[in-house]
Amino acid sequence: MSWKKAGTEARLLLVGIPVALWSAFPIYHIFLFAISSKDSAFSGALWPAQPTLRNFGAVFKQEHFFLYHFWQQMWNSLWIAATVGFLTLLIATCAAFAISRLRVRGGRLVMNAALFTYFIPAAFLAVPMYKAMSVYGLLNSSWSLVLAMVTLASPYAIWVLKQASDKLPWELDEAARIDGATPMQLFRLVYLPLMLPSLVAIGTYALLLAWNEYLYAFLLLSKETNVTLAVALGHFLSADDSPWELLMATGLLYGLPPAAIYYVFRRYMVGGLTAGAVKA
Amino acid sequence: MTSMQRWGLALLVPYVLLFLVFVLYPVLYGFWLARSPAAYAKLFEDPVFFRTVVNTLVFVVVAVNVKFVIALYLSGFFVNTRPWIRWLSVLFILPWAVPSIPTIFSVRFMLNPEWGMVNSIIFRLTGADGPNWLTDPTLALSMSMLVHVWKSLPFWTLILIAGRLAIPKEQYEAASVDGATGWQQFRYVTWPSMRTLYLTSTILSMIWTLGDFNSVYLLTGGGPADLTHVLATLGIRYIRLDQLEQAMATIVVSMPLVLPLVWFMVRRLSRDGTQ
Repeated sequence: MSWKKAGTEARLLLVGIPVALWSAFPIYHIFLFAISSKDSAFSGALWPAQPTLRNFGAVFKQEHFFLYHFWQQMWNSLWIAATVGFLTLLIATCAAFAISRLRVRGGRLVMNAALFTYFIPAAFLAVPMYKAMSVYGLLNSSWSLVLAMVTLASPYAIWVLKQASDKLPWELDEAARIDGATPMQLFRLVYLPLMLPSLVAIGTYALLLAWNEYLYAFLLLSKETNVTLAVALGHFLSADDSPWELLMATGLLYGLPPAAIYYVFRRYMVGGLTAGAVKA
Repeated sequence: MTSMQRWGLALLVPYVLLFLVFVLYPVLYGFWLARSPAAYAKLFEDPVFFRTVVNTLVFVVVAVNVKFVIALYLSGFFVNTRPWIRWLSVLFILPWAVPSIPTIFSVRFMLNPEWGMVNSIIFRLTGADGPNWLTDPTLALSMSMLVHVWKSLPFWTLILIAGRLAIPKEQYEAASVDGATGWQQFRYVTWPSMRTLYLTSTILSMIWTLGDFNSVYLLTGGGPADLTHVLATLGIRYIRLDQLEQAMATIVVSMPLVLPLVWFMVRRLSRDGTQ
């Protein structure tokens, strides 16, 4: 290896090492707390003297005041995220098909309305949404969170699906129509199979958005038994002597599934989502 | 009306209903709630308000631009093809893939002045006590910005990597035949191709950063003494205090900041979409 090449490698490492530390450290810190006993968690050491899995046991057995409803809350997070994924996919696929393949009149107006919703910062929409949910009598019902999250996830879903759908060749539609296919047959037999990769990406996107959401969940839900895991984690901050090691163990259990899902579907996610996010 | 149009309208109904019930009606009702001038007078008298507006502007301008300069630089780093860089990119995505709450709480504990990891490392290295990261308002807001950059840097780096990979290799080859230095290649090949993407992304990121509730709320809670609020957390604070009019007024006041940016983005994407 020539000197020049070694110099290039060294320069790359000089960037790579800080990037690795910067990205991983806060997450490693969660892990560190999760495997530390109460005393050693606060010692400031980079590895606990006696690593333990007892914190996870305490979480699974719901052995602390903050964790009495852990399994219930895990379930809430799960079914809410799954429902949001399903409903978003349903609504957005129909809308994207109508706008892109059926060229419905007014489609462009609907697309712009959706984009507008997508760009309005979610925290600003939260205030009027909160009030509307109380008018509808949905406050404290899990459905308020489901509907709010579907509202937030749909615009981007429609946008990405419309982009993907626009790329399908028109000849397919024409051939199907000449064969006498109705729009619904076109939808089922031509459109859905071809759109499958985008549908996987969008379903995952909506599911993760709902699972990760904190602000809407904590505004719209408040009963111990119907909040999601995200809100339950937030409750730990309400006391000064909270068991941080249990919080971090719970946080790890809450944070790992989305990271795992992300890596499983990465192939679909990065292509579909980065292409849709910003066009050059 | 053709059967295509009928089916098209029928398939649009679910989304249109969702939009009317959960976006349009709430927004119109919200604006109607915020119609009284008294709400604004009260808002402007709140000593926290002015500070919040300044914080928001600083947050958006500084955090977003710092983030994009780093993202632009790192996008150049990640297009190098090495096996270890591919592994590093997997690690690099983590902050974006993991939900905010556990990670931001983790940073919050790290920054605890007495037993946090950061100050204990500072003490071990220098023998001096580290600063009170979250009880000094300027420092606390800076830490919120840092958390924001940490969380959203991977996403924007990915976008800029996609932009870099779209530049034809021949342009770089031609440039290096002409003896262009690394900086000249960036200046005359990379930047002209990426400028539009960079600016559009920056604007989009500014809009979303205006709505970044988590980075501030979960790290500082708006404190100390409500000095680190941004508009997003201030609106929610009024809701928690049961002052809905104030909350709406906060949103209305921030519209001159948000709407031009949103309008720009909708125009841009909607034009691209019809091409």
